[in-house]
Amino acid sequence: MKRIITSLALALAASIAAPVAAQTVAITGGKVVIGDGSAPIDGGTVVIRDGKIVAAGANVPVPADATRVDATGKWVTPGLFAGFSRLGLIEINAVRQTNDASGGESSFSAAIDVVPAINPEAVPIAVNRAAGLTRALVVPSASDTIFAGKGAMIDLGADYDAVTRSNVFQYVEMGEGGAARAGGSRAAAHLLLRTMFAEAKRYTRAPNSFESDMLTAVDAKALADVLAGRTRLLVHVERASDILEILKLRADFPALKLVLAGASEGWRVAPQIAAANVPVIASALNDLPESFEKLAATQSNIGRMKNAGVNVSIGMVNDRDAHQLRYAPQYAGNLVALNKIPGAAGLSWDEAFAAITSGPAEAMGLGAIAGSLKPGRVGDVVIWDADPLELSSAPSAVFIDGVRQSLDNRQQRLRDRYRTPQEGSLPKAYE
Amino acid sequence: MRKPKGSPNIFISGLVGAGLILGGLSPALAEGPQSSSRDKDSDKDGKGDKIERVSFNKNPFPSTYRRYGGRPTAITNVTIFDGEGGRIDNGVVTFADGLVVGIGGADTAIPKGAVIIDGGGKYVTPGIIDIHSHLGNYPSPSVDAVADGNEVTGPVTADVWAEHGVWPQDPGFSRAMANGGITSLQILPGSANLFGGRSVTLKNIPARTVQGMKFPGAPYGLKMACGENPKRVYGSRRQKPGSRMGNLALNRQTWARAVEYKRKWDDYQQKGGTPPARDIGMDTLKLALEGEIKIHNHCYRADEMAQVIDMAKEFGYTVSTFHHAVESYKIGDLLKANNICSAMWADWWGFKLEAYDGIPENVPLVHQAGACAIVHSDDQDQIQRLNQEAAKALADGRRMGLEISDATAISWITFNPAKAMGIGERTGSLKPKKMADIVLWNGNPLSVYSRPEKVWIDGAMLYDALDPNRRPVSDFELGQPGEGDTK
Repeated sequence: MKRIITSLALALAASIAAPVAAQTVAITGGKVVIGDGSAPIDGGTVVIRDGKIVAAGANVPVPADATRVDATGKWVTPGLFAGFSRLGLIEINAVRQTNDASGGESSFSAAIDVVPAINPEAVPIAVNRAAGLTRALVVPSASDTIFAGKGAMIDLGADYDAVTRSNVFQYVEMGEGGAARAGGSRAAAHLLLRTMFAEAKRYTRAPNSFESDMLTAVDAKALADVLAGRTRLLVHVERASDILEILKLRADFPALKLVLAGASEGWRVAPQIAAANVPVIASALNDLPESFEKLAATQSNIGRMKNAGVNVSIGMVNDRDAHQLRYAPQYAGNLVALNKIPGAAGLSWDEAFAAITSGPAEAMGLGAIAGSLKPGRVGDVVIWDADPLELSSAPSAVFIDGVRQSLDNRQQRLRDRYRTPQEGSLPKAYE
Repeated sequence: MRKPKGSPNIFISGLVGAGLILGGLSPALAEGPQSSSRDKDSDKDGKGDKIERVSFNKNPFPSTYRRYGGRPTAITNVTIFDGEGGRIDNGVVTFADGLVVGIGGADTAIPKGAVIIDGGGKYVTPGIIDIHSHLGNYPSPSVDAVADGNEVTGPVTADVWAEHGVWPQDPGFSRAMANGGITSLQILPGSANLFGGRSVTLKNIPARTVQGMKFPGAPYGLKMACGENPKRVYGSRRQKPGSRMGNLALNRQTWARAVEYKRKWDDYQQKGGTPPARDIGMDTLKLALEGEIKIHNHCYRADEMAQVIDMAKEFGYTVSTFHHAVESYKIGDLLKANNICSAMWADWWGFKLEAYDGIPENVPLVHQAGACAIVHSDDQDQIQRLNQEAAKALADGRRMGLEISDATAISWITFNPAKAMGIGERTGSLKPKKMADIVLWNGNPLSVYSRPEKVWIDGAMLYDALDPNRRPVSDFELGQPGEGDTK
C-alpha cells in the first residue's frame, strides 16, 4: 500500500520484502490497456507518482524525474482485481488452524470483520501477486447463519499494510446456502433476513437500550450500516427466482446497495437485474447444473447479462477462491472464445479485461480508487510479456501502489530447488 | 469430485474416491458376455485327465457400446498434433468405418466419396482423454442421492466397481465432449479408502446404460489412495487407518492376503481339489497382481510415492500411474526408473497440506526427467479445458527454460493417458487403423481462444459447434430451463 509508512511499519515490512518507497515511474512504449473497457493503446505511456496513476495513454509526457521502464513490445495494464476471494484468510483450506474464512461457532455474525485475520505473508498472496493480481475483495464465509460478516478490499503488496478499505460490504448467503443456514427453507431464510433487518432498524432508533434474542448489538450495528447504504450488501444467490426475490428487498429497504454474487441463472432475468441497476459479480464458466439452483447455468451467462445492460463482472465465487485467483485471465479469455460459437454470448476482449479489473471495483463503488489506469487510481500496474488473457502469457513486472514488487514466491523456490531432482554434493536442504 | 471448488473437498479432488471390483477380468473384455459364471467339473469321479476347474466369468457386465454411423471424411489443410508428439502443418487426416485411414501432408490420399472438411486455420488432435474423472459417480447435480463414488464404510473396498455407481445421465459427460473434446475417460472410485475399488474406462458417448458407454476391451483399473484421506476418514471414527503408518500396515496386510488368495487359486488350477472360496474383492487384487488390472494410486507426496513403489515390489505388482502426484517433480528420476506415470493438475495447490508443495512446473519437470507425464482433471469443470491446463503447464515449463513442443504437450492429454489406461493401441493418437476419435479445433488448442468445433468418436460426429442438432442433452436436462442451450 501506498499509505505513509511509519518507521515501525517499515521495520516490519523489511522482514517481508523491503519495499522500495513509491517514486515516480514512467512505463513507456507498451500496449496500454486502461481497463475500463476501452481499446488498447499502442505505444502508450503510464506515469505513476506517489503511488497513484497520474496519466495513461498516448502522448503522455514523461516527467523529468521519472524512472523509465521500457515496455516496448509488451502489454501494460492495471493489476488484476479479484471480485471474490478468500485471500489472506486461508493458507491451507483443510488445515483448520490456518483457515480464518468462517467464524465457525462464534456467537457473532454480521459484525465479524475479515480485517484482523488478513495475513499479508500468506503464500497465496505472493503466488497470486506474481501472476499479476494486485487487489482483491476478501469475503468472509458464512458459518451457521446467513450473514457472514464484513468484507474488505486489500492489496497484494509485500508489506504489512494490506487493507485498502474495510467494511466495504456485508456478505449474506441466500438461495440453497441461505436456506440451509436458516433452518431448512428459502422461506425461513427470507424471514430471517427481514427480521434481522427489522431488529437492526430498532437498534438504530435506540442503540443504548438494544436487546434482542436474534442479534447482538454489534451485529445489529453492522446491519444498520447496510440498511443505511453505508455498506453494500453482497448477496450470494444463483437461481433466477431467488435473484428476483432479492431485487424485491429494495421496496422495503430503499437505501440498500445490493450487489449479487454468483448469479448462474442471471441471464434468465437479466432485464430485471438491469432495470434494478444492481451490479453482478458472476461466476464466469459455470455451465453445469451442479445444484438445482443452477439448472440453467451456461458460460454465456455473463455475455447475455452484458448484452441486456447489466453491470456484470467476474468473481470466483466459492471457486478456488483462496489460492487460484490467478485463473481470472483464463476465465476472461474463455468468454472471448465464446464469440466464435454460434448461439453463445461472450465478451469482447476489452470487456473481458474490464471484467477482471475495473468491473468488480465499480460494482463495489471502488472504481474511483482501483481497477483501472485512470488518473488518481492506485498505482497498480502490470507489464505482461504478451496478451494477458492468453494462457502462455505472464507478468514481467508488477507495481502495487507504485512500488515495484518482487515476483519471488515459495513455488518458485521449490521449482528452482528441484530443477534437477537428484541430490548434488549436499542434500536438497542446503540448496 | 465435487466439492465447492477450492475448498477442501473431502471426498473429491484428491480428497476421496470410491471403487469396485469384480471377478476375474480377462484381457478379452471386448468379447461378449461369457455364458456362465461357473463350469463344473465334468469328471465326476475326480480322476480323469480332462479335469475342468471351476472358473468365473471375468466380464459379467460386458460393454454393449457400438459405434454410431459416420461418413468417410477427410480433413484437409489443417494443423495436426498426432498425439505422440508429432506435428504436421498443412496436413490431411482421413477416416472411414470408425478408423483412421491416413494421416500426412497435403498429398495424402483421400478416399473416394469422402466428405472433405477444409481445416484452414484450424487444428486436429486425437480425442482428449481424461485418466481421472468422477463424472457419473459424483455427477451434477451434486446431491447425496447420486454421490456414489466412495464406499465409505471401510478402508478396504476392493470389491466395489465404479461402474455400478456411474449415472449415465450426468450432464457433465456432454460438457466434457462439447467444450473439452473428451472422447474417452476413466471413472475412478474416490480416495476415501486405501483400496477404493475398480475403475471403469468409458467412451464419452451418451447411452442409456453404463454398459453402453464402456470402452470395449479396456482393462480395468484398481484405485488406491495414500495419505491424508484414508487416515482422516477412518481415523476420525477411531478406526484403522488413523495414521500414515496405519495406511501402509493395512495396505500390506491386504496385499499379503491377496498373494495368499492367488496362491490358493494357482494351486487349485494346478492340482485340483476343492476350489478356494471366492472373494470378490480378492479377485480384483489377484488380477492386479497378475497385471490384468492396472493400478491407479492417488498419492500426493514424493516420500509416500517412494514407499508405495517399495510396497509394490514387496508384493510383486506394478503401479501404472500416481494420481495428483503434486510432488512428482521431486522424484522424476525415481518415477522414470520405475516406469510409472504421473497424472497431474497443471497448478492446483494448497487446499490441503499434502498439496502445499504443488507448483505449476510439475508436469513439465516430470516430462523433462524422462518420466511419463499426464494432465488429468478430477474435476467436472476442468475436464472441459484439459487442453488449456496442458497449455498452462507447457508455458510454465518454457518460462523456466525447458524446451517442449506444442505437440508434446498434447501427448499429455492424449497418448500418455491412453497408454497408462491400457488403451494406447486403440486410441490416443492418430495412426492408421486406430479408432477415429478426433477433435477439430477452431484454433490452436493451446490457446485460450480456441474451442472444439467438431468431435468424432469412432468416426461418428457427435458434436458440431455449428449444428445445434449435434449437441447432446441428457435426460436430466430435458424440459428444464436451459435445455439444449450452448453451454
